[in-house]
Amino acid sequence: MNKRTITLRVNGAEHTGETEPRRLLSDFIRDDLGLTGTHVGCEHGVCGACTVLVNGDPVRSCLMFAVQADGAEIDTVEGLAPDADTLHPLQEKFHERHGLQCGFCTPGILLTARALLRENPDPSDTEIREWLSGNLCRCTGYVNIVTAIREAAKEVSRR
Amino acid sequence: MAYIGSSVKRREDVPLLRGAGKYVGDIRRPGMVHAAILRSTRAHARVAAIDATAALALPGVVGVITAADLPGLKTIPMRTGIMEGLKRSQQTPIATDRVRYVGDPVAVVVAQDRYIAEDALELVEVVYEDLPAVTGARAAMAADAPRLHEEVPGNVPADFEVDVGDVDRAFAECDLIVEETFETQRHAAVPLETRGLVAEYDEVRDVLTMWGPTKMTHTNWRILSELSGLPQSSIHFIEPAVGGGFGARGEFYPEDFLVPFAAMHFRRPVCWIEDRSENLKATNQSREQSYRVRLGLRKDGTILAMDAAILFNMGGYTRTHGGLPVMASSAMLRGPMRIKNYHCHAYCVLTNKTPVGTYRSPGRYEANFVRERLLDMAARRLGLDPAELRRRNLIRPEEMPYDHGKHPFHYMVYDSGDLPGQLEAALGHMGYDELRQRCTAAKAEGRAMGVGIGCFVETSGIGPWEYARVEVGNNGGVVLYSGVNSVGQGIATALSQIVADEMCVSIDDVRVVHGDTAKVPFGNGSNASRCTVMGGSAAVGACRKVKDKLLALASAELEIDAGDLVLEDGRISVRGAPERSLDFAALARLALPGPALAKGLTPGIAEEDFFATDKRPFPYGVHMVAVEVDRETGMIEILDYLVMEDIGRKVNPMIVEGQMAGGLAQGIGGALLEEFVYDEDGQPQATSFMDYLMPTAMDVPPGRFISTEDFPSPNNPLGVKGAGEGGITAAGAALANAVSDALGVEVTRLPLKPGYLLELMDAAEQS
Repeated sequence: MNKRTITLRVNGAEHTGETEPRRLLSDFIRDDLGLTGTHVGCEHGVCGACTVLVNGDPVRSCLMFAVQADGAEIDTVEGLAPDADTLHPLQEKFHERHGLQCGFCTPGILLTARALLRENPDPSDTEIREWLSGNLCRCTGYVNIVTAIREAAKEVSRR
Repeated sequence: MAYIGSSVKRREDVPLLRGAGKYVGDIRRPGMVHAAILRSTRAHARVAAIDATAALALPGVVGVITAADLPGLKTIPMRTGIMEGLKRSQQTPIATDRVRYVGDPVAVVVAQDRYIAEDALELVEVVYEDLPAVTGARAAMAADAPRLHEEVPGNVPADFEVDVGDVDRAFAECDLIVEETFETQRHAAVPLETRGLVAEYDEVRDVLTMWGPTKMTHTNWRILSELSGLPQSSIHFIEPAVGGGFGARGEFYPEDFLVPFAAMHFRRPVCWIEDRSENLKATNQSREQSYRVRLGLRKDGTILAMDAAILFNMGGYTRTHGGLPVMASSAMLRGPMRIKNYHCHAYCVLTNKTPVGTYRSPGRYEANFVRERLLDMAARRLGLDPAELRRRNLIRPEEMPYDHGKHPFHYMVYDSGDLPGQLEAALGHMGYDELRQRCTAAKAEGRAMGVGIGCFVETSGIGPWEYARVEVGNNGGVVLYSGVNSVGQGIATALSQIVADEMCVSIDDVRVVHGDTAKVPFGNGSNASRCTVMGGSAAVGACRKVKDKLLALASAELEIDAGDLVLEDGRISVRGAPERSLDFAALARLALPGPALAKGLTPGIAEEDFFATDKRPFPYGVHMVAVEVDRETGMIEILDYLVMEDIGRKVNPMIVEGQMAGGLAQGIGGALLEEFVYDEDGQPQATSFMDYLMPTAMDVPPGRFISTEDFPSPNNPLGVKGAGEGGITAAGAALANAVSDALGVEVTRLPLKPGYLLELMDAAEQS
C-alpha cells in the first residue's frame, strides 16, 4: 500500500514519518513513535484507554487514522509531567488518592482530565463523572479517580 | 515504623502514571512478527477442510498453522476444580476436526504486522459442516440434545453432591418451605487490557522466553513444559505490567501453547495481542448458573434445611478451572447462615458457548444472590423484617470456629468472626430503621424505593502452599522473591510493607521480585485473594530465617553471642553498645564466599520458606443498598450503597478499600448491565463494548466502604483474611433484594435490566 509522509508535533517535539493511509493514530504513536504509554483497550472507541489530546481536544486515537493527524499538535501521557523528577498535579493526586490500580486505563483518563481542567478549572463531581463517562476503568470503581481529579483541580488553580 | 496497617502509597504508581509501564503489548523484539487467530464462526460444526493457499500468497505473511501442523496434540489440563469426568471434555490448543463454540481457534496466521495478519485471516477458507447447537444447560441435558463430546453422553461430564445432616427429616418439621428457581447470567471479568503474549526462542541458549504469562505464571510454566515437551529449564516466563485480571486473565489458554509454538516453528519472535472482539468470545466467561432451591423454616424464622440443584453452564470445553465455580457455589450457598441440614446436587453441563472459568468471587456471587433472595422471600411470607430473619439465623460468634460439615471439594471451617455484630454495625451505618420508614413513605407517594441486604461469607487465601525467598543484596537492600503474581492490585507494595516490618528496615530498602521463573522457582500465583495471606505469610517465614543468618554473621564477626545482638533500623548492634554495629551492606560483604567460607559459614544471605496450609480464612460482611426504581422505564437509581467487611488485619487500608470499591463497581455491572447474550444457534450477540455494557463513572455511585479488622485469622501468622472479593460478592444479592422491595416483586434472575423489571411489574399487576 502506498505510504504517505506525515508530520506531527508530539509532546512539543516534531516527528516526521511514513505511514499507510489505513494505519491508526494509536498504532502510529505506539509503534512508529515508540510512545507505548498510550494504551489500546478496545479498538472501537468505547473504552477510552487510547485517549490523547489532538490540538488540545481529547480524541480516541484508535478511531483516527495517523494521516488525519498530519500537522496536528498531539499530547500523550509521556508529555504530562513537566520533567523527569516532577509529576503533574493530576499524576500526584492519582498517586496520593489511589486513583489507579493496574494503570492500563490511567493514561487515557489523565489526558481526559487534563482537557477537562483546561476547560473547567473547578469541576463538580458530577461534571467530572460526565467527562469520565467515555473512559472505562475496570479496577477502581472510579471513586478515587473522581477525588483525585477534584483535588488536582484545586492544586492546578492554586499554582 | 510499623508499615503494616498504614496506607503506604503504592510503589507501582509513578511509572504507570508516566506511561512507562511495560505491558505485554509494549514489548518489542528484533525481528518480531505478529500472530492473529482464525476462530470458528460456528457454534458447533465439523471442520471439513481448511485452505490457506491464498493467505500464504499474501505478501508479508510468514506462515499459517493449523491442526495438521500439530499432530499428537494433548489437551490443556485442569489446574484446579478437578473432577475425573471433566478430563473428557478438555480443550486442545487448536480445533482438530470439530468446533464447539464461536471463537474456537482453527488456525494461526503469522505475518510481518498485525494489519497483514488480519488481512490474511480473511483469506483462509474453512469449510464447516454445521451440527445442531445447544446453548442452555437444561436443554443440553435433554435426551435428544446434540452431544458435544462423543465421550460425554448427556453433556454432563461430572456431577457431585453435598450432604450434611438429614434434609428429609428437617423439611418434614418445617412450617414454611420456600421453593424457587433462580438464574444468574453469563458475564465475565473483562480486564481492560486484553490478553497477549510475546514468545522468542533463543536457539543458542536453548531458551524459550515468554512475556505475558501472569496470574498463574509458575503453573503455566509447568503446563507448557508438559504440553510442548520442552523442559522447564528451557522455558523462561516473564510477567510484565498487567492490566487487570479478576480471575480470567493468566490462565493457560489455547494461545499459551500456540504462540510459543509459532515462535519455535517460524524461528521468529511472535507477538499476539488479543483484540476486544476476540476477548469477548475467547477468554473465559463466568457466572452462568441455574438453581432450583428449597428453603425450609420454622414459623419463628429459624432455618431448618436447604436443598439445591445447580446447573453450571460450562460452555464447549473444560478449561483450567474445571468445576471450581460450582464447587464454590455448592460450598458457600449457606454462606453466613446456620443451616445444619443441607443437600446440594451440582451438575457441570457442556453447551455450545465460550468455555468458562472463574470471575472474582466465583460461584459465591451467584450463591449469595440465590440465598439472600430466598431469605427475603421467606421473610415476606413470615411477616418478618429481612434484617430480623438474618439476625435469627446468622452463625454466632460463640459458634466459631464453625464447621459447615463435609464438602467433597471445599474446606468448610469458618475461622473467626462476629457475623451478627457486623450486621448490626452495618444497619447502624446505613440508618436502616429510618431508611425503612423513608421507603414506606415513598411508596405511599407512589415511588418505588427499596432497601436490600446481602450478608456474605467470602473464602480467600487458598493454599496449599506459597514460596518466598528473601535475600540481602550487595547494597544491603532486602529482596523478596515471591511466588505470587501481580494483576494490578498493588501486591508489591503490600508485600514490601510486610517485609520492611519483619526485617526492621525502611520500605525503600525492600524490592519485590515476582512473576519471573528464572528468579523465582516456585509459585501458586494470584487467585482467591491469596497473595497477602499466602505470599505474605511465606515472606514472613523467609525473613525470620534471614534474620537468623544475619545474626550468625554478625556474631561471628563481632565475636558476640547472637543472643546479645539486636536488629533494628537496618543494622545489627551489640545490646547496650550501639556503636558496635554492622549494617546490612557490611553483613552482605561478610557473607561473600571468601570471608564466609573462611569462617565456616554458608555463603550468601538468602533463605527460602514455604507457607503451607490446607485451611482457608473466611472474610465476612454485609452489602446494603437503597434504590429507587422508575416504574415507567424500569431504570434503577442507587441512592446509597454500603459495603462492610472484616478482613482480619489490614496491611494497607488504602489498597483494601480500593479493592472494595473496584469490586463493587464490577458487582454493579454484573447485577445491572453486563450480559453475554447468545442466539439459539450459539452466535454470541455481545462481541463489542457497544453490546457488552461495562459500568462507567455515571453508573457507579460513590459508595461507602468500611473494612474492619476485629477478628484476625488464626490460620496464618499475619492474621490476614484476604480482601479482593468482598466488594463484589453480595452486590447481585443486595441489589436484587432492594429492587424486589422497591417494586413489591420477587426477582429470581439477574441482570436487573429494565425489560425484566417491567415484566415483573406487569406480572404483579395482573395477579
